Amino acid sequence: MATTEKTLLRCNDLYLHFQTGKGAVRAVDGVDFELGYNEAVVVLGESGCGKTTLAKAILRLLPRNVSKYSGKVALDGTDIMALGDEEFRRDVRWAMMSLVPQAAMNSLNPVLKVGDQVAEPLVVHHGVKKEEALQQARKMFQHVGVPDAFLSRYAFELSGGMRQRVAIAMALVTAPSLIILDEPTSALDVLTQANIFNVLKRIKQNLETSYILITHDIATSSELADKVAVMYAGQIVEMCDSARFFSNPLHPYSKKLMASVPRLRGDTELEFITGQPPSLYDLPPSCRFAPRCPYRFEKCEQDPPMISKEGRQVKCWLHT
Amino acid sequence: MSPKKSTKNIKESVPAAVEAIKDNDILLRIKNLRVWFELRRFGFGVAGHVRAVDGVEFDLGHSEAIAVVGESGCGKSSLMKTILGLYEPTEGEVVFEGANVSQMGAKGLRWYRANVGYVQQDPFGALAPFMSVQRILEEPLIVNGVRDPAEREQRIRKVLEEVKMFPVEDFLGKFPHMLSGGQQQRVVIARAMIMEPKLIVADEPVSMLDASVRVEILKLLRNLQEKHHLAVIYITHDLATVRYFSERIFVMYAGKLVEKASVKELLYNPKHPYTLALLTGTSEPDAANAKTFKEIPPGEPPSLVTPPPGCRFHPRCSHKIDGVCDVKEPPDFPVADHHQVACWLFEPK
Repeated sequence: MATTEKTLLRCNDLYLHFQTGKGAVRAVDGVDFELGYNEAVVVLGESGCGKTTLAKAILRLLPRNVSKYSGKVALDGTDIMALGDEEFRRDVRWAMMSLVPQAAMNSLNPVLKVGDQVAEPLVVHHGVKKEEALQQARKMFQHVGVPDAFLSRYAFELSGGMRQRVAIAMALVTAPSLIILDEPTSALDVLTQANIFNVLKRIKQNLETSYILITHDIATSSELADKVAVMYAGQIVEMCDSARFFSNPLHPYSKKLMASVPRLRGDTELEFITGQPPSLYDLPPSCRFAPRCPYRFEKCEQDPPMISKEGRQVKCWLHT
Repeated sequence: MSPKKSTKNIKESVPAAVEAIKDNDILLRIKNLRVWFELRRFGFGVAGHVRAVDGVEFDLGHSEAIAVVGESGCGKSSLMKTILGLYEPTEGEVVFEGANVSQMGAKGLRWYRANVGYVQQDPFGALAPFMSVQRILEEPLIVNGVRDPAEREQRIRKVLEEVKMFPVEDFLGKFPHMLSGGQQQRVVIARAMIMEPKLIVADEPVSMLDASVRVEILKLLRNLQEKHHLAVIYITHDLATVRYFSERIFVMYAGKLVEKASVKELLYNPKHPYTLALLTGTSEPDAANAKTFKEIPPGEPPSLVTPPPGCRFHPRCSHKIDGVCDVKEPPDFPVADHHQVACWLFEPK
């Protein structure tokens, strides 16, 4: 499936709505974004803004109450939205992209040895014999820095950091070109967190993997980010390279988010965003951030388009 | 202050706290505290001890905010629970206003607990799902013998205003699941504040919250602390939030306090290799981070059942002095005013 294209993943107009008793929840509401080879994009946002649902939409891990699932997702030049569910499971999920789920440490099967769990995707997807798969799992353990002896241990015998590494090894084992990391370090200690990010960076250098990192932790997200996408109420409101984003975010929401990050040193006063994000049942026709935005003006009554400016994109009337 | 004066004390605690700024007396003193848990063999016999807290000592002044920083499993929660009187110390004392907590008896403990508020880590888990906000806040008042329903209601309204839950009527009848994470945490703080305590113990109060809400809650706690001259013990693993909240930091590792310093000293002039590692491990939002690897000490914190001899950090430490660090436990060495480090590197020559 090799192509000459420079983008690994391209999403256009991706929608994922859920049907509930109160109406449709517009969790992912028209998302466009691109990700290059060996690139890491960070999806930032508060809880409930649709970040995890975006990951699920890309991986097509859908619950039963989906009311709208549409758009175009091209991975490595192939339109994966056109594939049937079985094809998608066989050829795409875990074969081309994999997931490190939220609280990965609790998502390991307690009654299987971790080595077997890491080897399993190879057996299922590549039809490899178990012994070879275990051999490969051993290699992955080395990549993530877990001793070989741990292959025959159970999840409960491992510390939180070790379990997280095992979950990363499991996502790596089929050599996918894209790994989606959903809050990979949110439950871990500072040093373990720094360690996991070292591991992820090393994998990115050595295996040329791409990442989508989903997190609300802005400070640690900078450890991996090449690009930053800020999500608010189901939409991406700013997309930018990390160098310019962390020094000068454009969207008022991004600015507010950056001002809320506690810094180790310095005298900056912390700010918080007043109000709450809009309910995803009942979204205003205006800019979705307008009710909380300190810079709003008349034009904000209309939903702003995505505006390109010096290679960055921002969904805000201030930057027209 | 004797436990017998309990009811009077509760009612007068606001003026008492105001007076407290003048006299620099110590509110809480932790003396050589050890909390060990027995590991039992089947049936009988002791297989060893988990030394969760092993020789912790500090003083906390009236209206002073301190932070205890450490990784999970370092014993900070055990320390906190012992301070709250939930665990018995194996050795050493927790002294609150001159009274030893473990010798207070039931009545004394009731007085003590009315004077110490507890803010839990997970607000949803800490609030009973079948109780309304009003009921949740009324409970401590009933337990502590506030008989008059009108007075109870008035105090509930006052405390909800303190934690900025306006308009109060909207929230009184709500149940925890109807509130957002930040609002739940406000209710938890209101509950901790309702007996007008002198000390608040906050166990990772913001770690479960979103970034922007986190700041809101930290600021709220800070304002309450300044307004009511509360003493606060803030327990956290996140060094980045400490600066906004406390005057002194204690760094805890494997059951011991390895460094005690004022916030400025610790952030700009850290001494202990473990503190350095924690500071290195804490990220600042900077695009340059993606291009560098962090130098993190290898390995994981030691087992608290069989801690390494000597300094507990020595197996992971890159500055280890052979024959010293792995043999003798380092005492606290002073390196500056109000700055002590338990590390042999700083032994005065």
